[in-house]
Amino acid sequence: MSATLDFNNWSCPIPLRSYPTIVMGHGGGGKLSAELVEHLFAPAFRNATLDALGDAAVFALDGGRLAYSTDSFVVRPLFFPGGNIGALAVNGTVNDLAMMGAQPRFLTAGFILEEGLPVAQLGAIVEAMAAAAHTAGVQIVAGDTKVVDKGHGDGVYINTSGIGVIAEGVEIAPNRARPGDVVIVSGELGLHGIAILSVREGLEFGAPIESDCAPLNGLVAAMLAASRDIHVLRDATRGGLAAVLNEIARASQVGITYEERKLPVPPAVAAACDMLGMDPVHIANEGKLVAIVAPDAADAVLEAMQRHPLGARAAIIGRVTEQHPRVVVARTAIGGSRVVDMQVGEQLPRIC
Amino acid sequence: MKYLDEFRNPEIAERLFAEIRRITTRPWAIMEVCGGQTHSIIRNGIDQLLPPEIELIHGPGCPVCVTPLEIIDKALAIAAQPGVIFCSFGDMLRVPGSSADLFRVKSEGADVRIVYSPLDAVKLAQANPERQVVFFGIGFETTAPANAMAVFQARQLGLRNFSMLVSHVLVPPAIAAIMESPHSRVQAFLAAGHVCSVMGYWEYEPLVERYRTPIVVTGFEPLDVLEGIRRAVAQLEAGEARLENAYPRAVRREGNLPAQQMLADVFTVTDRGWRGIGVIPQSGWRLSDRYRDFDAEVRFAVTDIHTQESAICRSGEVLQGLLKPNQCPAFGKECTPRTPLGATMVSSEGACAAYYQYGRFVQSEYDAQDAL
Repeated sequence: MSATLDFNNWSCPIPLRSYPTIVMGHGGGGKLSAELVEHLFAPAFRNATLDALGDAAVFALDGGRLAYSTDSFVVRPLFFPGGNIGALAVNGTVNDLAMMGAQPRFLTAGFILEEGLPVAQLGAIVEAMAAAAHTAGVQIVAGDTKVVDKGHGDGVYINTSGIGVIAEGVEIAPNRARPGDVVIVSGELGLHGIAILSVREGLEFGAPIESDCAPLNGLVAAMLAASRDIHVLRDATRGGLAAVLNEIARASQVGITYEERKLPVPPAVAAACDMLGMDPVHIANEGKLVAIVAPDAADAVLEAMQRHPLGARAAIIGRVTEQHPRVVVARTAIGGSRVVDMQVGEQLPRIC
Repeated sequence: MKYLDEFRNPEIAERLFAEIRRITTRPWAIMEVCGGQTHSIIRNGIDQLLPPEIELIHGPGCPVCVTPLEIIDKALAIAAQPGVIFCSFGDMLRVPGSSADLFRVKSEGADVRIVYSPLDAVKLAQANPERQVVFFGIGFETTAPANAMAVFQARQLGLRNFSMLVSHVLVPPAIAAIMESPHSRVQAFLAAGHVCSVMGYWEYEPLVERYRTPIVVTGFEPLDVLEGIRRAVAQLEAGEARLENAYPRAVRREGNLPAQQMLADVFTVTDRGWRGIGVIPQSGWRLSDRYRDFDAEVRFAVTDIHTQESAICRSGEVLQGLLKPNQCPAFGKECTPRTPLGATMVSSEGACAAYYQYGRFVQSEYDAQDAL
């Protein structure tokens, strides 16, 4: 791969052709996001560590293995039921590291502040970050602050990066799913996305819905203590369960089948999705993971999850199969089946 | 969610499938008119569980799919004007116009906003008196009452900065147009339950008579759809053609009279172009002359629209049930959900998008067998 990019005579690779400008969907965690990574970032930065395309990069350093990840947070509103942008920024990077089986250790935080932001709001956000870091057992060890003109930001943007240590014998990667493996989700789906939507759009769905924002490293440690035969872990953030399962199916060249009836979907999320024409499997979570586990280890891992407060509602939802490679299929409640694809861009409410 | 779970019961579904299999003796082609029903059929995998004799033809009832190119191009032109806040239901943002979609004009600086109700757009107009707020009023008889209410309220409030780009379409003229087509293969219709909850079903009785074709008013949950199919097949097998209401929990013969009064005040029936199909006489609503001041087409006088439909997209034939999506030469090649040439590839209930997903599944099963 010695190709170099000539930015004077540069044109977008073919799959980007229909959008010569960045559209919101490029940040939606669906196909448009994946294409940016696949056709722009990955070729430009090409190296084996990046090409693994996990939630975090994994590399060896002086004999030990480390996981390294970065994530930016642009959520609106800054405060929402169940959390705020600060808690999200810490937990997001903690979770990316945990999904490689790493114990997160050190985080950095970069702040882009908009002129006019009340200092009290920033204080509340920073306090939430400190509390989240304490809960997750990580230290925030470096930071940066920039201020942009009023109107050039949504109050606060936060970037966090983090490093974690991977224990001996832990081998977790998106391409390790094998036919016969069991698919487990750690709990109720769709809470974060619907919580944000309900406050952003002023929609109410009966019972108030709170974000599930939480650090998953403790849960992962409990799972790894039960068995090392965990092949893949992903936190089901933007794009939801559907995006994660599709990414695993493609990375591992396998098919994945799940039972719709076994999905833990809270009634309020189901009602909101019905009303808006959305699907819970496409809704973002901030404290839920998907585990692909060797069949022999599934029961032990599930039990360990259910004993942990963040995995109490964990459930086995499906299987990895050699049928329909790269395709995710849902068995529907009435016994039919359908292909579950990633969203193209952002999930859009349907009109009818 | 009890109120919905009881219409998704797997045991009752299996009984309905068994009953449909039992009474089906030969091939029948049934069109579900509404995109919401197509969505339910695909989402629940109903089409794969029906006996092979029963073919469901996905009708032109997805408002996203049939909104004419000219109106989309007008929407793009209006949205791009300085000072305009352009409001739309979410899934219209990805529908391709001649050269762009609303996401694209948004990325180029237009203020395009997704709203969940046209009344939200009225509120935006109140809150932003110095801006022109335009709502994209599309859809069938189902979305029309709320749109009518928005225009009505805007007039009551004396809002001079609110207008609506209207491209409403009506189901009964579309059914008539399909039946008048010499190529039509449709033998029975599932009428759209939510349209009928507004308009009633008396409008469909003359269609049943004229075309000797069963029409069953049908709901949207899996059991509703199955019951509609069961009744349609029963009529076809018996050689009958009646209007049946299989959605009585939501639909009465006369419909919702206050809503109809509001519609009659705000809208007037007009000829309407259907994307991919052509103009169907008296098949749409525009704002009535009383509300002309709120018509975005009048307010913004967007002329100079030169539409350019994709030369290879054959979504019109798909929408009429004349062509299977996978028989289109562009299907899965130039045209995918990621790079849609026509609206039928855009929304998840669009016939082409549905086929694309299912086809991927079937193809990969073939691949798996080949590999063995």
